[in-house]
Amino acid sequence: MQDTSVEWRAFMDAMAAGVAVLCTAIGIVYGFGSPDPAMSFHGFVFAAGSIAACAFIIPSMFEGARDTELYFDGPIRFTVIAAVFWGIAGFFIGDVIAWQLAFPQLNLDLPWTSFGRLRPLHTSAVIFAFGGNVLIGTSFYVVQRTCHARMPGKWLPWFVVAGYNLFIVIAGTGYLLGVTEGKEYAEPEWYADIWLTIIWVAYLGVFLGTIMRRKEPHIYVANWFYLGFIVTVAMLHIVNNLAIPVSWWGTKSYVIYSGVQDAMTQWWYGHNAVGFFLTAGFLGIMYYFLPKRAERPIYSYRLSIVHFWSLIFLYIWAGPHHLHYTALPDWAQTLGATFSIMLWMPSWGGMINGLMTLSGAWDKLRTDPVLRLLAISVAFYGMSTFEGPLMSIRTVNSLSHYTDWTIGHVHSGALGWVAMISFGAIYCLVPWLWNRRALYSMKLVEWHFWVSTIGIVLYITSMWVAGIMQGLMWRAYDKLGLLSYSFVETVEAMHPYYIIRAVGGALFVIGSFIMAYNVWRTARGDVPRDAHDQPRVAAAPALRVQAAE
Amino acid sequence: MKHEVFEKNSILLLVCALIVVSIGGIVQIAPLFWVDSTIEKVKGMRPYTPLELAGRDIYVREGCYACHSQMIRTLKDEVERYGHYSLAAESMYDHPFQWGSKRTGPDLARVGGKYSDQWHAEHLLNPRGIVPESIMPSYPWLKEAKLDPSRAAEGLKVMRAMGVPYTDEMIAHAAKDLSGQSRPDSDDAAGVAGRYPKIKVSDFDGKPDDVTELDAVIAYLQMLGTLVDFAIFDASGPNLR
Repeated sequence: MQDTSVEWRAFMDAMAAGVAVLCTAIGIVYGFGSPDPAMSFHGFVFAAGSIAACAFIIPSMFEGARDTELYFDGPIRFTVIAAVFWGIAGFFIGDVIAWQLAFPQLNLDLPWTSFGRLRPLHTSAVIFAFGGNVLIGTSFYVVQRTCHARMPGKWLPWFVVAGYNLFIVIAGTGYLLGVTEGKEYAEPEWYADIWLTIIWVAYLGVFLGTIMRRKEPHIYVANWFYLGFIVTVAMLHIVNNLAIPVSWWGTKSYVIYSGVQDAMTQWWYGHNAVGFFLTAGFLGIMYYFLPKRAERPIYSYRLSIVHFWSLIFLYIWAGPHHLHYTALPDWAQTLGATFSIMLWMPSWGGMINGLMTLSGAWDKLRTDPVLRLLAISVAFYGMSTFEGPLMSIRTVNSLSHYTDWTIGHVHSGALGWVAMISFGAIYCLVPWLWNRRALYSMKLVEWHFWVSTIGIVLYITSMWVAGIMQGLMWRAYDKLGLLSYSFVETVEAMHPYYIIRAVGGALFVIGSFIMAYNVWRTARGDVPRDAHDQPRVAAAPALRVQAAE
Repeated sequence: MKHEVFEKNSILLLVCALIVVSIGGIVQIAPLFWVDSTIEKVKGMRPYTPLELAGRDIYVREGCYACHSQMIRTLKDEVERYGHYSLAAESMYDHPFQWGSKRTGPDLARVGGKYSDQWHAEHLLNPRGIVPESIMPSYPWLKEAKLDPSRAAEGLKVMRAMGVPYTDEMIAHAAKDLSGQSRPDSDDAAGVAGRYPKIKVSDFDGKPDDVTELDAVIAYLQMLGTLVDFAIFDASGPNLR
């Protein structure tokens, strides 16, 4: 491998150091030069991140150490820790804003703690910070193992994971300071968007580069999904975020689209942030971790081909179902609803492919809570991908839209599918990556599973009731043909459900702390408390072979 | 079945996946830019005044769109509750659009003129002082933050580059127009009222000396949905909706 030649390594070190120094300089120039305090702050944050990178890169230039291991796992360990951290942060902020809706005094009358600024912090922290780190980490793990190849570059994978997390910090602190583009799930401003674009291109480079080095003739199915996710997210991100900065020295910009075109572009982006970030990428996780943990082959190869192509083709059309009965032309609304309903089929095809992989291993669900997390996530995936097409039907949407039913639906997908499969993957990865014989405690995984599941159930059921109730109240008429309820009466009626939801969310937060403790004890190398209860596959691959001998 | 071709060639897989995911977006988005009936031809639409635009920026900054929609759907109860359904034309100068996706609070597409300036000022500073059951956050900092008129022209220039019809005169007078709209007694008040038809000139926040963020937000809220005169709007006009 040419990575190991001295000249090549020296070249890579020099490139990395050059980029880090350049980024430090840019950060300092903006830090001192910008009249906009938020931009100045972000300049210093960027500089601090770049200086930290220099501190890692420059000393290593003088060490002659070579990478002797087949796989490049350092950056993956980084993402696992980051995912656990951002998970707790994102769930916690979500629960804070849930309590704010029940008790508005909790907004504290301060700009940076008010709902409108914390809400994008919550959505970005869970989707992009927690979910993004899980996706990058697992994709790096899966692509190396299924290709039997090391990721290219000495610094590029580090650049991807560290740079991505720097993006998160800049975007997240920006929301608190009121820096936002004002488009849901695409709130980061122009300079954060540019930085993310650079990171994403590097990510594609690392991923594709690893595939190109593969020793296997076939590209494994999980990698199709990861690749589909990476390319599509690049396309969505760039097109939706095209904007003109008001000043090159300030944070503010205006997106180039307006009104109805902006609405269509935004929901084309927004729905496919769900479709590709939160679905296709996580299906990549399902296609590797579920069969691996169950030690069973994928149920159907043919189904996975149909699943992949039909899912990516159909998903991209679904956006307009967010815009039923609006000023978007009817033809676009109808197309959106039609494709959303068709989307039910590939979604359930994928669910069946995942669940049926457990054929012959169903008994393991009783004994292995990690496998149970992976399996229940697929069940939740099936449930929310049934609910989604249902809600995209115009008449159903006329009731559900603008209500908390949508919020409940999103969380059955985000908590039930995305977070649960992430927890499963993290519990698999930690012993594998830190070379441990088992997880510190399977009992704690069991607790995490039940606490989270109960939390999700409280969350979705309360939001179903609240959302449908509010939708019905908005359209209720009395005997005289007048609207029965003023708006604020419907707000008042939501109060008990907001409390139930916030309690459910709190359980989910508690679950994430249980996971963090378990991950920390495992990574630290503490002796597992219940190794005898854990399946063979829980151990790191090297230790697994040893045990078999 | 020769799916093997894709499984053995990463670039082919990449390119084909990109083509497959591009189709839907091209079909749904591109026509909206050239099909004439997408945006109705209506009288009354004008660009935001500098003060309204500043208010809109604050509306975006505080994430108001997370809880308030600005899109009245073509449903009976919505039209009765909020007013005439929203037209595409009414957000044609909105970069970005603020249609929203959630009504934790009521729709604001036609909130303009429904309440007095004083109501808005008190409500923004302490919502529960006016509506006890409200769960809206308070925004006391808006009253203290002053706007910088010298920066007013910058935003207008960017808007014009994107096709919003600001004239040279509007850009040249942006700073004076910003403060003039919230000072009815000043000389600049007549100027801004002349440049932008159907605007509300008022001391929005009840503090006549300063132009605050509260002035701007209220100026923005008070113009929402007021530009098109629905007494003369012809819904049977040439559009596909």
